[in-house]
Amino acid sequence: MFDPEPQLVVGLEIGTSKVCAVVGELGAEGTLSIIGLGQARSRGVRKGEIVDTAAAAEDVRTAIAEAEQMADVEIRSVFLGVSGAHLQGCDNRGRHNIPSHDREIMDEDVQDVVRNAKAINLPADRHVIHVIRQHFIVDGQEGIIKPVGMSGAHMEVDVHVVHGITNRLQTPIRVVKSLQLEVENIVFNGVASSLAVLTAAEKERGALVIDLGAGITEYAVYADGIIRHTGTLAVGGDHVTNDLAYGLKVAMGRAETLKIEHGAALAGPEVKGRTVALPSDLGLPERVVNLEHLRRIMSARIEETFEIIAAELESAGLLECLRAGAVLCGGGARVPEIDKLAERVLGVPVALGRTKTINGLVATLDQPEFATGIGLVKFGSFQTQRPRGPRWAVGIRKKLGALGTVLRRG
Amino acid sequence: MNPETTSPASAPGVAKAPTAKIIGVGGAGLQAVQHMARCGVGEAALAVIHTDARLLGESTITDKLLLGSQLTRGLKVGEPELGRALAEAEAHRLRHLCEGADLVIVVAGLGGSTASGAAPVLARVARENGALVLALVALPFAFEGRRRQQQAQAALAQLRTAADAVICLPNQKVSTLIDEKTSLPEAMQIIDDLLAQGVRGLLRLVKRGGLLNVDFADLCHVVRGRQAESYFATAEAAGETRAREVVERLVRHPLLDDGRLLAEADAVLVSLNGGPGLSLKEVNQVMEQINRLAENAQVIMGATIDPALADRLAVTLVAARRPAPEPIAARAPAASEEAEPPASEFPTRDVELGAARFGDVPAPRMAQRYVPPPPDLTPEEAQRLLGGRRRGIAGPRSKSKPQQGVLPLEVVSKGRFAKSEPTVHRGEDLDTPTYIRRGMALN
Repeated sequence: MFDPEPQLVVGLEIGTSKVCAVVGELGAEGTLSIIGLGQARSRGVRKGEIVDTAAAAEDVRTAIAEAEQMADVEIRSVFLGVSGAHLQGCDNRGRHNIPSHDREIMDEDVQDVVRNAKAINLPADRHVIHVIRQHFIVDGQEGIIKPVGMSGAHMEVDVHVVHGITNRLQTPIRVVKSLQLEVENIVFNGVASSLAVLTAAEKERGALVIDLGAGITEYAVYADGIIRHTGTLAVGGDHVTNDLAYGLKVAMGRAETLKIEHGAALAGPEVKGRTVALPSDLGLPERVVNLEHLRRIMSARIEETFEIIAAELESAGLLECLRAGAVLCGGGARVPEIDKLAERVLGVPVALGRTKTINGLVATLDQPEFATGIGLVKFGSFQTQRPRGPRWAVGIRKKLGALGTVLRRG
Repeated sequence: MNPETTSPASAPGVAKAPTAKIIGVGGAGLQAVQHMARCGVGEAALAVIHTDARLLGESTITDKLLLGSQLTRGLKVGEPELGRALAEAEAHRLRHLCEGADLVIVVAGLGGSTASGAAPVLARVARENGALVLALVALPFAFEGRRRQQQAQAALAQLRTAADAVICLPNQKVSTLIDEKTSLPEAMQIIDDLLAQGVRGLLRLVKRGGLLNVDFADLCHVVRGRQAESYFATAEAAGETRAREVVERLVRHPLLDDGRLLAEADAVLVSLNGGPGLSLKEVNQVMEQINRLAENAQVIMGATIDPALADRLAVTLVAARRPAPEPIAARAPAASEEAEPPASEFPTRDVELGAARFGDVPAPRMAQRYVPPPPDLTPEEAQRLLGGRRRGIAGPRSKSKPQQGVLPLEVVSKGRFAKSEPTVHRGEDLDTPTYIRRGMALN
C-alpha cells in the first residue's frame, strides 16, 4: 500500500492484421509483469505501414481502451513499435582517442566513442531509430564488453544502426499523438520481438528471430549477446492469403479461412489428391478445393520467404553464428509444420517463440502474435528503469525526456 | 546514248536464249555492276543509272544513264522523292534502257536517295516493257541509321509491287558472315561479290543448258507475279561428303535466317553446279534434303556442269515467300505438275524480236502484257505490309510447320497488393504469387 506507485510501461504495435496494446507494470524491484492486453482488428495497415490514418487511429483507440479496461489503468504514453520495408539495418564504427595521461578509459570516453559511432552519414530523409552498441575495440583488441577502467590509446565501438524514412516513421507517431497519447520512444518491431522470445543464453550463443507478421516479416540476429543484424522483408501472411485467393480462385476472406483451417507449410505426399469443401453460405453452390494445390502454393511462398532471409544472412556471414538456432514468432509461426520448413531452409534447429521471460498473464500471453507487444514493454522497461532516485526527480526527468523526444521529432 | 543490248539475232523460230540485262541503280548498284563487269557474269548486258555525274563518269560501264542532268546538274539528289521524280520524268529513257531484254535484273543498294527513288520506277518501266524484272537489293546496315532503314523499307515495299521478285541481301546479316578484322572496303567487296554471285547464279540457272534443265520459263513461273520477297544464298563444298556439307552450309547460312526462311518459303529455286564429276546420287542427296527442309514450297531445280568448278559443288538457292496472306493451296499442287507455265506467262518473243529490229529510233513499244499500275497503298496498308514483314509473320503457309505459339504473358493480378508499394527483391516482384514466378504447375 505504501510502496511507491508502480510504473506503467505500455507497448503498442500497429500491425497489419491487428493492433495490440500490452500494459506492463514495473515493480519497485524492477520486476516486470503484464497486467493488461488490448487488441483490435487492424484495417488501415498494409505491409506494416499505415495507409489509412483514420481507420488506424480508431483501431488504436479500441485496443488502448480494451487494455485500459483490463489493466484498470489510464494509459498516457506508449512505446510504439514501427516496421516497414523502408527500415534498414547497418553497421557503423566510431573511433575515439583516449586523451588522459594514464590512458585510462573513463565513462566520458565511452560516451564520446558512442557519439562518434552515431554520427552516421545517412541521406537527409532518414531517421535513426536505434543505435545498438555491439563491442568495443581497445587498441585493436576486439570483443570488449565494458572498457571502463581499461587503459588504451584508441578506442573503437561497433554499433548496429536501424534507420528508416523520417516521414514514414512520423505517420504512426502522428496517429498515436492524435489520440492524446504520448510516444515515449519508437522501437523496431524486430528488435522488440527478439527481446520477448530470446533468453540471455540464447543471445549469447547466437540466435535468429523471425517475426512472421501479416504484412511484413522482420528478423534480427543475435550473437555473443549483441544484435548483429536486423532486417525486414515486406512479405507476410497476407501474401500467403493473396496467393491462395489467386491460385484457388476464391475470395480473400475464403482464402484466409482456408489458410487457417487447412494450411500447412509443407505439402507432404499425404495431401495428394485430397480435396476440402468450402463451406457455402448464402446458398452458393459448394465448392471443392484441391488441398494439394493449397499446400503447395502456401509452401512455395513461405519457403521463399525463408530462402530470402537465409540468403541475406549468408551474405552477411551470419548463418554460422546461429548456434542456438532460430526462433519463429508472429502470427505466421502458427502455420503447422513451419518449423520443419524453416529448419530445412535455414539448416539450424528452429523453435517456436515462447514469451517465457515475463511474469503475469502467462497463459493468455504465451501466443506468438503477442511477442512484439511484450517485447515493446520489455524495451520500455529497460528505458524506464534507468532513472533512479526520488520520485519527483524521476518525474521531472521523464517530462524533460518527453520534451526532448518531442523536440527531436519535431 | 543508245542502250544497245545483246541483240537477239538468232532467226525467228529457233529457240533463243533469253536476253538479260543487269542495271545498277545508285551508288551501291553502280559498284556492284562494276564488280560484275570485272569478274564477269556471263552474257548479260550491263548498264548503270545514277544521279551523280562524277561517279558515273568514272564508271567503266559503257551503258550509262544520268538522271536529272538538267535539274541537279549531275549532283546527287538528297531525297528519295526527288530520285523518284527524276526517274519518272525520264521514264522514256529508262524504257529505252531496258528495251529488248527478257530479264531485267535491277541491282541497287536501298536506303540512299537515288536507288530508293529510282529503282522502283525502273522496275515498273521494265515490267511494262514486258521483261521479267528481278530486283536484287542490298538493305542498309543497322548502323546507317533509322532514316535510311525507313527509306529502304519504303523503297522495298514499292519495289515489291513494281518488280516480279525482290531478292534481298540485308547487309546486317552479311556482317555476320564477315569476321571482325575485315576492313570496310573488303566488306563492301564481299557484299558486291554476293550480289554478283546472286546474279551469276540466276543467270547460270537461266542460260546454261544443264543436265537437268531449269529454264527461263521456270524462273518466270517461280517469281512472276508473286511480288515476293526472296532471299538467296550460295554455298560451296568439296570432298567426299560435299553433298551433305553443302546443304548444311546452306541451312546455317545467315542470309536464310539459319534455314528458317527455307521452311517458310513457298517457292524455292535450286541450282546445282558441279564439275564433271557430279553424280546423280549427289544431286539426289542435295535435293532430298532441300525438299525436306522446304516441305511446303514448290521446288524447282537445275543442275549444270561447269568444268571450272572441278571437284567443288556449288548450290545457289533462291527462296521466295509471299508476304500477303494469299491462298496458295489451290495453286501449289497444280503448279507442281505443270511442266510448262501457261502460255500467257511467256514473254512473247516474236513481238519483241520484231520491235527490236526496227531501226535505231527508240520507238515506244506496246506492252506485251498488261501490267496493272502499282496499287496505291494507303499508308496504313503499306505499314501493315511492312509491319507484317518485319515481324516475320508468315501467311497461312506456315501452318505446315507446327510451331509452339507463345501466349501473351499472363497478367497476374496482385490482388490485395495492387495499390501498395511493390516489394521488389533482386528484381523479383514478391507480390506476385511465388508459385507463378517459379512456374509451379497446378494441374
